[in-house]
Amino acid sequence: MRFSALRVFQQALTGHKGWGPLWRNPDPQPAYDYVIVGGGGHGLATAYYLANTFRQARIAVLERGWLGQGNIGRNTTIIRSNYLLPGNEPFYEFSMKLWEGLEQEFNFNAMVSQRGIVNLIHTDAQRDAYRRRGNAMLLAGADAELLDRDQVRAMIPFLNFDNARFPIKGGLLQRRAGTARHDGVAWGYARGADRAGVDLIQNCEVTGFRIEAGLIRGLETSRGYIGAGKVGVAVAGMTGRVMAMAGMRMPIESHVLQAFVSEGLKPTIPGVITFGAGHFYVSQSDKGGLVFGGDIDGYNSYAQRGNLPVVEDVAEGGMALMPMIGRARLLRIWGGIMDMSMDGSPIIDRTPVEGLYLNAGWCYGGFKATPASGYAFAHLLATDRPHDTAQAYRLDRFARGHVIDEKGMGATPNLH
Amino acid sequence: MLIPHPLLGLRDAQEFTYLGDARLLDRPDGLAPDAAEAFADYVYLRDNPAGLHRELWFHEQGDRSWLVVTRDTVTHEILGAELARDVALARRSK
Ligand SMILES: Cc1cc2nc3c(=O)[nH]c(=O)nc-3n(C[C@H](O)[C@H](O)[C@H](O)COP(=O)(O)OP(=O)(O)OC[C@H]3O[C@@H](n4cnc5c(N)ncnc54)[C@H](O)[C@@H]3O)c2cc1C
Repeated sequence: MRFSALRVFQQALTGHKGWGPLWRNPDPQPAYDYVIVGGGGHGLATAYYLANTFRQARIAVLERGWLGQGNIGRNTTIIRSNYLLPGNEPFYEFSMKLWEGLEQEFNFNAMVSQRGIVNLIHTDAQRDAYRRRGNAMLLAGADAELLDRDQVRAMIPFLNFDNARFPIKGGLLQRRAGTARHDGVAWGYARGADRAGVDLIQNCEVTGFRIEAGLIRGLETSRGYIGAGKVGVAVAGMTGRVMAMAGMRMPIESHVLQAFVSEGLKPTIPGVITFGAGHFYVSQSDKGGLVFGGDIDGYNSYAQRGNLPVVEDVAEGGMALMPMIGRARLLRIWGGIMDMSMDGSPIIDRTPVEGLYLNAGWCYGGFKATPASGYAFAHLLATDRPHDTAQAYRLDRFARGHVIDEKGMGATPNLH
Repeated sequence: MLIPHPLLGLRDAQEFTYLGDARLLDRPDGLAPDAAEAFADYVYLRDNPAGLHRELWFHEQGDRSWLVVTRDTVTHEILGAELARDVALARRSK
């Protein structure tokens, strides 16, 4: 079934009786050539590109719950490629370009909306840093514009420009950045992978690896043993737990990040705005809700919920930046478990176990990476070589001293 | 979260900053032949358990002592706190 405007029209006239399920719900086969662990955005995208772009077959995705139950369905949906370091920026710009063609590519409405992101500037030092970042973006083929105060005011007049402590002095704008519908992205990749023959197996928790003489043979799961030629792990916040079953300690801590949605309001926030001095960022969903968040709670957590101090901190940040939101009521608060890496950057690499591959360390920024992460991980699984834009994402970079530390914080995951 | 400070009683976790796994108290020997490897593990690798976790909290807005807090990472329940100094000295005397 292909989606098109004509089909929507026909279905509207015939009572919407002709829509079928988007994917099959198969039982596991005894063995596959490729098994992807984790049916989140990255796992589904990996299976999609493995089957469609790299023309591989006999692929399964194992998901312990339902597809998209994890962070792919919990994030604040911001997509952007405004990174600084050479190990990161070409990868995120590759992801941005994939976003731009994604809906045509997988024939699904993921509501990709390039409504722009403004990172606000409050000090002269910050302007220098953003100028440098903007130049790094331009060098990698991305777009970036440095705005002065009046240009920011013309775009977003409702901000508190004259906050005594953090006056707004300008902003770094990436027009091609924006938002996408997180569930739609998971569903689009899932449907595209299923149509290419990938078995998406839900309620199937991986409980162990069968490794013989340093070579992966298969997986123990809650639905029985499944043989595997190559295994790709993409379980985000559960990376530490899952890789421990293969006897590996990870350069990762799991932390909780909260997000917030207000009641629906009339369109007011034009794009994505980040407060460069406090921990607050905001956009507005097409339904009208203000979608916002701030910092991670800051302590190891697998709870998928956070605590009130961060709620207060985020609310204070919001009030300092745009006092008008003070009267909007909150509709929902929730949390997701982040795989915070030791340098704040991801890992897409082989592991010391032959045939076992790792995709992890996405911190709070892996949604925007979904297309490129899936593409690069599929590239690695299919060809055993890293994708050009993902060469720096090595697992052993920490021991070698080649960390990719955008914030310069060192090995303190809660500060990235 | 409330942390039962051994000297000050229950204190709001907001008064503290968080460092991480209390194994950071076990700094490797810098002169050992395998020091480079041991330090790479020490600095970068973590057990990251789901369940009980012994972790370092610094009472920055209080008496500025380091604590080893035992906390469940799945429920956020705090089961106890000791002065990190006592923990470190007890280990050394072993
Ligand atoms: C509140 C919040 C806001 C965020 N905002 C943004 C944002 O604005 N922009 C951005 O770029 N990023 C954002 N992120 C980060 C982004 O959501 C994640 O980095 C990204 O979704 C992680 O990759 P994933 O989609 O594959 O993860 P997930 O969707 O979490 O997928 C992992 C899957 O693995 C499964 N799994 C785990 N263990 C097992 C097992 N043993 N066996 C089988 N399956 C298993 C899980 O059930 C889960 O479905 C945010 C995250 C949160 C929580």
